[in-house]
Amino acid sequence: MKRVILFAGHYGSGKTNIAVNYAVNMAKQGVDTAFLDIDIVNPYYRAKDSEELLNTYGVEFISSEYANSNVDVPALPNEMYAVMDRPQKSYVLDVGGDDRGALALGRLTPGILEENNYEMLLVYNACRPLTGDVEGALEVAAEIYAACRLPFTGIVNNSNIGKETTAQTVIANYEKAKAVAAALNLPIVMNTVRVDLLPQLEGKIPNLFPLTLQNKRLYGTQS
Amino acid sequence: MSEKVLMKGNEAIAEAAILCGCRHYYGYPITPQTEVAAYMAKRMPKVGGVFLQAESEIAAVNMVIGTSAAGCRVMTSSSSPGISLKSEGLSYMAGCDLPALIVNVQRGGPGLGGIQPSQSDYFQATRGGGHGDYHMIVLAPASIQEMVDMTVKGFALADKYRMPCMLLADGTMGQMMEPVSLDITAPETVEKPWAVTGTGCKRPHNVVNSLSLNSEELEVWNFERFKRYETLAENETMYEEYCMDDAEICVVAFGIAARVSKNAIDAARAQGVKVGMVRPITLYPFPKAPLLKAAEHCKSFISVELSMGQMIEDVELAIRCKRPVTLCNRVGGLIPTPEQVLASILKANEM
Repeated sequence: MKRVILFAGHYGSGKTNIAVNYAVNMAKQGVDTAFLDIDIVNPYYRAKDSEELLNTYGVEFISSEYANSNVDVPALPNEMYAVMDRPQKSYVLDVGGDDRGALALGRLTPGILEENNYEMLLVYNACRPLTGDVEGALEVAAEIYAACRLPFTGIVNNSNIGKETTAQTVIANYEKAKAVAAALNLPIVMNTVRVDLLPQLEGKIPNLFPLTLQNKRLYGTQS
Repeated sequence: MSEKVLMKGNEAIAEAAILCGCRHYYGYPITPQTEVAAYMAKRMPKVGGVFLQAESEIAAVNMVIGTSAAGCRVMTSSSSPGISLKSEGLSYMAGCDLPALIVNVQRGGPGLGGIQPSQSDYFQATRGGGHGDYHMIVLAPASIQEMVDMTVKGFALADKYRMPCMLLADGTMGQMMEPVSLDITAPETVEKPWAVTGTGCKRPHNVVNSLSLNSEELEVWNFERFKRYETLAENETMYEEYCMDDAEICVVAFGIAARVSKNAIDAARAQGVKVGMVRPITLYPFPKAPLLKAAEHCKSFISVELSMGQMIEDVELAIRCKRPVTLCNRVGGLIPTPEQVLASILKANEM
């Protein structure tokens, strides 16, 4: 397993939810893990919603002190530079959506490239508007690379239509993800699916990674 | 039917607008509606449309006036503080009888308030917002599919009645993601013989203006406009009834508050409490008739709102104060929980 795992991609493709699940999984395997939120785009649905869960598994959580507050500014945590300063620790990075979100990553790119112990994953949902076809997906991938200059190493296929997602949705959209992967010449390293769909998809889709949906503060799940 | 896509409410509004022929969008970023502008910035150039980030909300609304006067489908969007800035333009638009779609993805106020959801612009939206005697059509979607459907409906109604239409959403509706169908095959359009498109030396000049040099004429315009509002109320009032057939308690809620209330009603029904809901879909015109009818068999009403109690006044007016109406609310960017609404229902049931 690489030391720095980054999740980037189109706005609303599922990066944060996957990153949180992935970090928990790493911690469960005994990896000394930190979670770094460098999303400067979205003031809602932040990894901050899952801070307690991450802490439960011993994952160190690093985020802007303004995350989930009414201070709507693109702030970054100063602890973000710890990624390169603490090489014994593994990191999961939650990058903001689109090129605008990936801009903040640029500051870390030289160090990450130099160490060369990273995976830069493009989270892709074929059911999202603007990235439904190969052309749209390539455009977003190119814009993200132009903003952060960290080349992608793989794709996380997170194709879903939310609560109405069935095994059939996953199977039908796997082909679209494969087309995007082929066009980008990248492997699909994970196919993420809601945990309850796992039994129906085992043996049909490779590299399955089960997702537990995180609570979202905006939906009033906290008082 | 085309495949469903997973969309944020804000994106759904923008895509629906494009699909029903809107090619002009002027806006200015403000959370929680910024995705409308961001989406338009990406999509409009690809469909031969105009996306313009204006220097302010005031500039944007005045661009809307000009584009609408030229007969084009046009929209702008903002959130609460930005809508206040647009209010002068909305009054001019009403005075000029110009159609347009104005989106308000509400946040907590007053003032700068916060970025979390709210419904506290209800008075501002349903009373018009700006100066003078006028109304806007006000639509209140409660799902992302309705964000699509109401955008389409909003453009059609605005054109048909020659008046601005406001899509009144809130931060939750703007930000949440749900699967939607974008089957918009034949959007309703109307001829606009009044539009300022050049005479071609074949007809007298069209003039779009809200200024009258003559008081008698201005009075006629106002009466004519309110006659149109009556027709609008007769023909276009929309609402949803939920479990109302045998209801003894009536919940009234719109948007995100209606979704929460539905859960609470299901829970109350499971305890044998006869409760139902009238969900206004048009906030203006307000669905007075179904509420007055409900007052015949309901002993009390509960207005569930993300405000200090604004729609509650329209509920009281609609039922002519025949029954008590209580308020169940959260403010400051918070949303009532189903448990809180259930507690209000159970309390009303004991009365």
